[in-house]
Amino acid sequence: MKIYIPLDSAAVALGADALAAAVAAEARRLDREVEIIRNGSRGMVWLEPLVEVVTPQGRIGFGPMTPADVPGLFADLAVHPKALGPVEELPWMKGQTRLTFARVGIIDPLSLADYEAEGGLSGLRKAVAMDPAAIVAEVTASGLRGRGGAGFPTGIKWKTVSEAVADRKYIVCNADEGDSATFADRMLMEGDPFTLIEGMIIAGLATGATKGFVYIRSEYPVAIRVMEEACRLARAAGLLGGSVLGSGPAFDIEIRVGAGAYVCGEETSLLNSLEGKRGVVRAKPPLPALEGFLGRPTVVNNVISLASVPVIFEKGAAFYKDFGLGRSRGTIPLQIAGNVRFGGLYEVAFGLTLGDIVDGIAGGCATGRPVKAVQVGGPLGAYHPRSEFDTPFGYEEFAGKDGLIGHAGLTVFDDSADMLKQARFAMEFCAIESCGKCTPCRIGAVRGVETVDRIAKGDAAAIPLLTDLCVTMKSGSLCALGGFTPYPVMSALTHFPDDFARSKEAAE
Amino acid sequence: MKDFIIPDRDFGTPAAKSKQMVTLSIDGFDVTVPEGTSIMRAAAEAGIQVPKLCATDSVDAFGSCRLCLVEIEGRNGTPASCTTPVAPGLKVHTQTGKLKQLRRGVMELYISDHPLDCLTCSANGDCELQDMAGAVGLRDVRYEAVDTHFRARNTSGEANPLYIPRDDSNPYFSYDPQKCIVCSRCVRACEEVQGTFALTIEGRGFDSRVSFGAKPTMRWRRTASPAGLAFRPARRRPCRKSRSSRSARPRTP
Repeated sequence: MKIYIPLDSAAVALGADALAAAVAAEARRLDREVEIIRNGSRGMVWLEPLVEVVTPQGRIGFGPMTPADVPGLFADLAVHPKALGPVEELPWMKGQTRLTFARVGIIDPLSLADYEAEGGLSGLRKAVAMDPAAIVAEVTASGLRGRGGAGFPTGIKWKTVSEAVADRKYIVCNADEGDSATFADRMLMEGDPFTLIEGMIIAGLATGATKGFVYIRSEYPVAIRVMEEACRLARAAGLLGGSVLGSGPAFDIEIRVGAGAYVCGEETSLLNSLEGKRGVVRAKPPLPALEGFLGRPTVVNNVISLASVPVIFEKGAAFYKDFGLGRSRGTIPLQIAGNVRFGGLYEVAFGLTLGDIVDGIAGGCATGRPVKAVQVGGPLGAYHPRSEFDTPFGYEEFAGKDGLIGHAGLTVFDDSADMLKQARFAMEFCAIESCGKCTPCRIGAVRGVETVDRIAKGDAAAIPLLTDLCVTMKSGSLCALGGFTPYPVMSALTHFPDDFARSKEAAE
Repeated sequence: MKDFIIPDRDFGTPAAKSKQMVTLSIDGFDVTVPEGTSIMRAAAEAGIQVPKLCATDSVDAFGSCRLCLVEIEGRNGTPASCTTPVAPGLKVHTQTGKLKQLRRGVMELYISDHPLDCLTCSANGDCELQDMAGAVGLRDVRYEAVDTHFRARNTSGEANPLYIPRDDSNPYFSYDPQKCIVCSRCVRACEEVQGTFALTIEGRGFDSRVSFGAKPTMRWRRTASPAGLAFRPARRRPCRKSRSSRSARPRTP
């Protein structure tokens, strides 16, 4: 009997480790042969811990499981109270187009054999036979854009690094996933680390870089452990090391752990941190693509950008580009969180409307109350009211609504949310996480909190001051931390003016 | 001594060494400068002063004060002129309505965390912060600042944890944290000019402060250049001596 129990942090937080122990104990008690495989999460967090039992009918899911439900797994599965049927047939799974996350939740994350059996390494095998310019051209043709949030075309970034002349070049994977409501990077690293490794190797082949770093936030101990083990296995299998796949140039990967600063997810701060310096933002230019890690040309890409590369080579740029809308090509792993009935990861082509996502996929609020606002793109993303639910999910489409898709995390709020408090939270977040280098962010965020407090006390004169401050921060800040904090603040103020006036009436 | 009486003009960023010349337009004037020159320096060479606080031509551009923002036709946003290099044919504007609003906004933030004691301040009349407040037309600070670094006691009369008293323990320099604007000039001069690395910034965000390592006062640290001072906000540029030592310093790549 083969049983899959996720090692994913979300599943573990919901009791997956205890469940795995209970399954093992029950098997011993019944003297049954059971192979427990710790897989990644399928992304249906409301069903975690989701246990899958391999049967002749496919993998049957059971969730959310508790240790009390374990004995039932060894009896008639059809009458198990938590039985969900074949996992692949669940509506959440059937609606998706899983390209980047194709193997997450399906394979044993640390089995290269599983990885290869599910299509892994076929992209790298093609890339290793191509010349660097052709690899860059393929990525450019796929239309892939930075999934970290900036949406910069990945092919153009690689081209810049590829054409730069230097003694050494580097690939840096940004896995400092600090945005609230985002967990795609973590899920991928925990559930399918070899995809990221393969993507980084292809980036190395394309640019001439021979060393890669994965900068993982310290809050992700499971991802750090899995990635380190995966790198060790990849090295042992000749995937990494002196010659990629035995025929290519050298490439190796080192895992580095952050020290807890949100701003180190900003690429130049990340590079400073990687060099052992204070995690402060560098002014651009010079671009990291020309003068990055240790002053050498460096590709800094998000986990999902790099992990989307293998499928582009496996199935072709044209295949990938076929998905999406406008200038947003391919698929995007939506991360649905907050006050929702169905939260988790949902990979789909760009173009679904916000309403389809929130009312359809997420099933509205968990509290059963109406949705008031959705924050898209992490703590620096805008709050979108119901009137903007027809906005298709795409970089330009959200920019057109004074918002951003960021790393594609969505946080849903019901009608009990106080948007003035949310505006204050945005300023407070910026004040806590500011690196302290530039004035608009360093002083502005602190003044922002104080100004929102004045509005809360009924000082209407503080509203234009808050608007002016947002203009200064948006255009004046050195990086996106100070520069994007006005998005949540101004969207809250613009779309929910009542929340900013209500307290005034109370004061009077 | 001459520097103290007739200060040289400060071009904002160090001169570029390239032989390749680049021509661009700044506020309608054509300017030709070596490749790699900052827009700020190119403007200064044409006699156009872009407001600035953290930039000075004896240390590398840093881009922290955000007063020197400019607009470039065909480019998004408002890049800092100190960290943006010139390029052939650029059309740069250093004075627009948008820039005026941004600079005043930045200055309003600076002054919201600075004592308003100009008349009794020893730097009065010789203070870049004061000059810039005038240059950007700041007349009024609308913030009702609660958190500051300059009030010994907060609004409810309790001791302000952010307040650090003036440090006069060093015979040559004094450091007044109430007046420091955290432009990092002293830190950068200590690293780039002096090569001493005695100073750093400690803390994050609003808590960022100039720090002398683990020692409690400056007396124990060698900060031998006047450029190592933070005793008055971005006040005076370092003397010539420190500039010559700059070229002698081995630079790490």
